[in-house]
Amino acid sequence: MNTRTLPLYVTIAIFLVGYLICWLQYPNILSTRVVGNLLTDNAYLGIVAVGMTLVILSGGIDLSVGSVIAFSGVFIAVMLRDSGLHPLLVFALLLALTTAFGAAMGWLVYWLAMPAFIVTLAGMFLARGAAYLLSVDSVPIQHDFYRMLQGAYWLMPGRGRLTLIGVLMLAVVAAGIVIAHKTRFGTSVFALGGGEATARLMGVRQGRTTVLVYAFSGLTAGLSGIVFSIYTGSGYSLGTVGTELTAIACVVIGGTLLSGGAGYMFGTLVGVLTMGLIQTYIVFDGSLSSWWTKIVIGILILAFILLQKGLVRLSQARLNAGEP
Amino acid sequence: MMPQVLTRLAPQLIALVVLMGLVTLFYPGFLSISYSDGRLVGPMIDVLKRSAPVALLAIGMTLVIATRGIDLSVGAIVAICGAVAAYMIASGYGLPLALALALVAGLAAGLWNGVLVAVIGVQPFVATLILMTMGRGIAQLITEGRILTFTDPAFAFIGSGTALGLPVPVWIWLGAAVLAVALLRRTALGMLIEAVGINRKASAVAGVNATVLLVAVYMAMGLCAALAGLIITADIRGADANNAGLWLELDAILAVVIGGNSLLGGRFSIAAAVIGALIIQTITIGIRLAGFPSEYNLVIKAVLVLVILVLQSPRIASEYAFWRQEARRKREAQLKGAGR
Amino acid sequence: MLLSIRSLTKEFPGTKALDSVDFDLRAGEIHALLGENGAGKSTLIKCLTGAYQRDAGTVTLEGREIAPRSTVEAQDLGIGTVYQEVNLLPNLTVAQNLLFGHEPRRMGLIDSRAMRLRARAMLAEYGLDLNVDRDLATCSVAIQQIIAIARAVSLSGKVLILDEPTASLDAREIEMVFGVVRNLRDRGLGIVFVSHFLDQVFDLTDRLTVLRNGRHIVTEETATLDRVRLIEHMLGRSLQDEVLHSRPPDRGPRPELLRFTGFGRKGRIEPFDLDIGAGEVVGLAGLLGSGRTESAEAIFGLQPAQTGEARDRSGVLDLSSPRKAIAAGFGFAPEDRKTDGIVADLSIRENIILALQARRGWARPIARAEQARIAVDYIRRLDIRTSGPEKRIGELSGGNQQKVVLARWLAMNPRFLILDEPTRGIDVGAHAEILHLIHQLVEQGMSLLVISSELDELMAVSNRIIVLRDRRHIAALAGDEVSGPTIMRAIAGVDAPVEKGAVEKGCVEDAPVEAAPVGTAPVEDAPVKDMPVEDVPVEKGGE
Repeated sequence: MNTRTLPLYVTIAIFLVGYLICWLQYPNILSTRVVGNLLTDNAYLGIVAVGMTLVILSGGIDLSVGSVIAFSGVFIAVMLRDSGLHPLLVFALLLALTTAFGAAMGWLVYWLAMPAFIVTLAGMFLARGAAYLLSVDSVPIQHDFYRMLQGAYWLMPGRGRLTLIGVLMLAVVAAGIVIAHKTRFGTSVFALGGGEATARLMGVRQGRTTVLVYAFSGLTAGLSGIVFSIYTGSGYSLGTVGTELTAIACVVIGGTLLSGGAGYMFGTLVGVLTMGLIQTYIVFDGSLSSWWTKIVIGILILAFILLQKGLVRLSQARLNAGEP
Repeated sequence: MMPQVLTRLAPQLIALVVLMGLVTLFYPGFLSISYSDGRLVGPMIDVLKRSAPVALLAIGMTLVIATRGIDLSVGAIVAICGAVAAYMIASGYGLPLALALALVAGLAAGLWNGVLVAVIGVQPFVATLILMTMGRGIAQLITEGRILTFTDPAFAFIGSGTALGLPVPVWIWLGAAVLAVALLRRTALGMLIEAVGINRKASAVAGVNATVLLVAVYMAMGLCAALAGLIITADIRGADANNAGLWLELDAILAVVIGGNSLLGGRFSIAAAVIGALIIQTITIGIRLAGFPSEYNLVIKAVLVLVILVLQSPRIASEYAFWRQEARRKREAQLKGAGR
Repeated sequence: MLLSIRSLTKEFPGTKALDSVDFDLRAGEIHALLGENGAGKSTLIKCLTGAYQRDAGTVTLEGREIAPRSTVEAQDLGIGTVYQEVNLLPNLTVAQNLLFGHEPRRMGLIDSRAMRLRARAMLAEYGLDLNVDRDLATCSVAIQQIIAIARAVSLSGKVLILDEPTASLDAREIEMVFGVVRNLRDRGLGIVFVSHFLDQVFDLTDRLTVLRNGRHIVTEETATLDRVRLIEHMLGRSLQDEVLHSRPPDRGPRPELLRFTGFGRKGRIEPFDLDIGAGEVVGLAGLLGSGRTESAEAIFGLQPAQTGEARDRSGVLDLSSPRKAIAAGFGFAPEDRKTDGIVADLSIRENIILALQARRGWARPIARAEQARIAVDYIRRLDIRTSGPEKRIGELSGGNQQKVVLARWLAMNPRFLILDEPTRGIDVGAHAEILHLIHQLVEQGMSLLVISSELDELMAVSNRIIVLRDRRHIAALAGDEVSGPTIMRAIAGVDAPVEKGAVEKGCVEDAPVEAAPVGTAPVEDAPVKDMPVEDVPVEKGGE
């Protein structure tokens, strides 16, 4: 068994077994309706998790994304309320802003050679502070274009709704898979996560790659902010607190090594769906309380971290034992 | 000995004094302290009192960071311990048992983190992330999702009482800090922790029991978090599993690095970290008193983190050394040229 | 001339790392670059590969002057480098490593199929046939080294620099890599070979250049140069230090202090028997990776033994961790001072008292005045050159750091001290001082286990020498048997003394009967490798 792909298989197996258990208890859960909702409800999370996966693969972490999502919502709401610009233009402005913000953090991570989590911690404070400065209260978004976006869906067989934002999430995941596994940039990201010094020797342009990785994370956070604002129909500066943690959890449950250098973008999608499945199950059950989500997620993270740790030990032991 | 300590603390002390001066400029009454009803009253006393949770956490976090670690779960531990204490009080078990069990919960949480880090060998950032995610769920499990309120004057005293003129929380964090410094510097513990933080392997070869020491450090962190949780819970007379201690880990880390402790481990100063906590609180209260919207707070913290990052950056340090050397070389060359 | 360097100069604050050095490399030759630590080898290489920019001089490649500013630029110019360790990424596949940065693409995306084919074709040139989708981490070090060479050659193709490529390989693997290197020479590449192992240099290279203190000393045909002359060039003086050529006085049989029986750990060291006499110095000889350090780490509890037991006069010893070993009166100065020895940010004083304090426990601190007294005392006795005991140990030179580590253990007054490569990376003066110190310790009755790659050094201090090969103790030499040639023959496995007999002789008369002697240990997974005598790393000439 290849130690690299094992976590991915485990991820998929956990999701399938989980779904099976849910289905045995609540046969309704196997319907396009539930699947459609799973995609819609977790669209913003899935999008931001794609950016987080790339950051984690590069050996970094981005704690700012929750704040950036909140900032995005407030920014859009305030711009639409006060400026009268078309939402698409506002989106473009916002994405440029969050991408530049991510790039700036990436540049600092590289230039200061300091741990990424503390640099992005500053970014987290900054983005949240900026959101507060725009508006402390929740700002509703009322725009015809928004209503159109919110109402856009394809009806799947079985009357399930495949919404626009759900499709957008799948598209971002697909793009993420291509970027991470099919481009030279993606290989550079894996290389950085495997070892910075060696990656440099092999010709990785560390500064450029780091900036791009965090810029991509900023872009997905902005996109996620747009999706979240469509989903909730408002912008609130106190919203999406802790989303960065949920995103990190999805990445880890998706089988990516939290210290970087190994993982699959597809796994992150499965991780997001697993997370959504747990919540769906709790909703179906009705008697279980929401905090069980956190506890189960915590246990899953622990299990994956121990699995990865065990795999590393196993492959080292194998090499020491002198297998070719 | 004494002058050495002062040199170490000078940047933090100067920063604190300058900040206090700045706030006084905007709000002249900031430094005024009056005595009424057997207690001291004034904005500075407020700063001291409200610093308690972060100052307590900063004590433990200083040790964790000295070992090259980080503990992201302290906010969650605060929530758990607060929930445990409130639950025990509300269920009528009495104060001593409630306090004891809350402290035990903190120690247990620290033990969990410590074992993951020191025995299993998970990176601290990753290991404590687990409890960070799970902890609030556990706290909610205890409070059953409600804000668990209680009316126990003795417990509330911990959060809002006054003793010898000062609020009780001030005595608690002062006591904890003095105790910690004494314990670490009067024994060899401080030096051994520094040795493990700088080079764990070499320390282990020299016979230092690095594993036990690391677990102990995380347990100390858990204990500090439990104390902070008790103060917060007692202050609001209720346990809020969702919001108690939210983002406190970040403030604690911030206090530690403002205290000039390197995130890369090694030499540490608890006193400086506690002053760091005071600096953070002075900013928070100062902004409010000076009439700025409290939204500025986060932005200022962000700028603070950035400044500290630049100061601690190994790359900047080496570039600075390089430029200084270049400058010296040029000066010498000029001198030589002039001499000729 | 493929590559020629003229008057290359590189200065660092305080030192001239390279002082007007000339160096020529022909196409189709293997050219050894030799010198002690600090001679300027690595600086020269870094100037060639773009890691450093030269201060003066010219470098011309095929008649064109070049000044690469990065490894990648040097590669594009035709200069590829393979370092001792950090070459490739263990978390990527073999194919990804081979073609990193040059992956075949179709419509902007990586074409995995073409990549696989190309990687296979590249490895086929080196006679390797392996699954290129494997993670590199699952390949043996030798295969990784060949993959690194294949990558470097495919990217650069004119000059190949091999910087200590064999340091962590065993004899068979070294031959494998050498085969590849010779093949590349025949294809017309110019190859610069840096190694500490003189025998490999004589085995492989056509010409050699010696640097010393940043200067070019000599360039000659390898075949015509005599080994002793070469060492003279490298050291800059003939080997006359009386310490290096004396043998410790033979004081006859000693009372036994420690006895290890069947001591071993799977994958690290085969079970061995070892006796240590009181006041005796036992030397461990063998190639890197032969199990020398592994034996020491098992004894000191760093990689605790899984089989066998250790005894002293009073009974069985628990050596399951360094702390336990220290409690048993052991001390260990490890080979890699920087990572395993010193605590860089602590002061000299704190480094010296660290082990003492750890043994007393945290609750019983050594008084500050007492600490200072101990530190000052050892600084004086070991002649540690520092401005005072409060200086950061990281700021000291290698030799002085080693003395501090020694002081740490001497302060513990151990009965048994293990020194792993005590003189590595130390200048010549400190070298002799440390050997003198070892003699003094023995005079005081301490027992020592010394590991060293330098046979002269080992012979100068050891009463008895255990020879290791392939992770097992294969011979023990004492008294008149101890000489350069006998040790080298034993290491090489050429007409070595009958193994079992030799070991028993080494272990003195009362070798344990109940324990399995070394010779009966399972052999199936460690075939005896035939190896020419020349492959022995005798840095200073065994004769």
